[in-house]
Amino acid sequence: MHVQPADTAFVLISAALVLLMTPGLALFYGGMVRAKNVLGTIMQSFIMISVISLEWVYIGYSMSFGPDVGGFIGSLAMFGLKGVGASPNPSYASTIPQVVFMIYQCMFAVITPALITGAFAERMRFWPFMIFSLLWTILVYNPICHWVWGAGGWLKAMGVLDFAGGLVVHLSSGAAALAAAIVLGKRKGYGRETFMPHNLPLTLLGAGLLWFGWFGFNAGSALAANSVAGSAFVATHLAAMSGMAMWILVEWIHRGKPTTLGAASGAVAGLATVTPAAGFVGPNSAVVIGLVAGALCYMGVAAKSRLGYDDSLDVVGIHGLGGFTGILLLGLFASKVVNPGGVNGLLNGNPSFFVTQLVADVVVGVYAFVVSWILLKVVDTLIGLRVTEEAELEGLDLSEHGETAYTM
Amino acid sequence: MKKIEAIVKPFKLDDVKDALNALGIKGMTISEVKGYGRQRGHKEIYRGAEYKVDFLPKIKIEVVVDSSMAQQVIDTIMKAAKTGKIGDGKIFVVSLEEVIRIRTGETGTDAI
Repeated sequence: MHVQPADTAFVLISAALVLLMTPGLALFYGGMVRAKNVLGTIMQSFIMISVISLEWVYIGYSMSFGPDVGGFIGSLAMFGLKGVGASPNPSYASTIPQVVFMIYQCMFAVITPALITGAFAERMRFWPFMIFSLLWTILVYNPICHWVWGAGGWLKAMGVLDFAGGLVVHLSSGAAALAAAIVLGKRKGYGRETFMPHNLPLTLLGAGLLWFGWFGFNAGSALAANSVAGSAFVATHLAAMSGMAMWILVEWIHRGKPTTLGAASGAVAGLATVTPAAGFVGPNSAVVIGLVAGALCYMGVAAKSRLGYDDSLDVVGIHGLGGFTGILLLGLFASKVVNPGGVNGLLNGNPSFFVTQLVADVVVGVYAFVVSWILLKVVDTLIGLRVTEEAELEGLDLSEHGETAYTM
Repeated sequence: MKKIEAIVKPFKLDDVKDALNALGIKGMTISEVKGYGRQRGHKEIYRGAEYKVDFLPKIKIEVVVDSSMAQQVIDTIMKAAKTGKIGDGKIFVVSLEEVIRIRTGETGTDAI
């Protein structure tokens, strides 16, 4: 159990890359809303860096990775990072200081509630949003993180695999996004007015930053500068590029034009879907995962209007559906040839692993949806989630923050 | 005096400006406007959903001239802005009561 400088340096750099994803997400979302809501939308992602980092160092890390209590949650024995220092924690990563593992995981906790904000974009008050996100991280993110990744977590003990957060990050935020879109209701004028993106170059820049940061997210999840990190890096890139190609192709056939927003959406769909599988599958499987993600998430987004909820920026269709699908595709494609520390999936003769993954998908999806729904209802009843009608008309930039993004 | 307001396709602005300059017109004001006529709008596609956009971007050129020049200016704009396809725009001619140059206080055709 010696600290390896190369592993430590790699995970620290990966942590910085994952941090960059949150501002990247802010721009990705910010470009898709109307000009009067761009700052409000960016702020909802950006502020999570502060709120959730604070939560993480005091209780979040301990709840997620602290000593196990009944398979459900970590105890508060590591409150305020007590005992989290220079020596490694062999349960998680035996060659890097535990404090490095802690800060790397902090960046995951930060971006997950930020992902949800796309569902209620353009209509949520700022401080009820902060209260909800903080409570959500404590009651939804931390427990799920412990079940799947924490030593003693019950899903982990069942044999569930999630390399970099298909369950913990994408399905949990996607299920919460569905609850949020239902509880908050549609934006004023939905279905009558058109809500078109005000700045797609901003969205494309955000997608590029997300893609860049995702290498830290997935390859870094190997927690060492080794061959698993290398194959995860490659799988990440291949799924992103094939997701982009597939989305564009389907869109071209369906609507007659390949769009830039489609390219960005397809790449993000591929990235989200390969996240749980990245370190456990080979390059050909990663390409198939990306192709499936591009087509399926396109259909998921298209289904929104028929299902009748206003998930403004398609968190359900891209992250929820992508995370859910990625967990199942991992059950299909997992290969011990790629990662001897993993398992074989259905196509490599192990059908029981596929079933385990399906169970985890249902458990995490239902838990995240139900608890998010209750939390939103409680916060709504106590302080009200939605901005007033005038504020919604005026835009969040002015009503919530007293600023405007663009002046003549 | 007449104020001539021409709404033209944005890429025709330079042609119209050059043609009016050649005619000796000394100034004009332009603005970016949106509108629709017989051309109606177009459709845009975002994440697989089609949106109908009614208002299309156009350029509005405002020129003020002595009444005797008006027909010549109208003909020039028509010639320069015409593509022959739907959506070429319109010209509105308005009688103008007064023009004042702020710096000198000159009025009427002297101020144009």
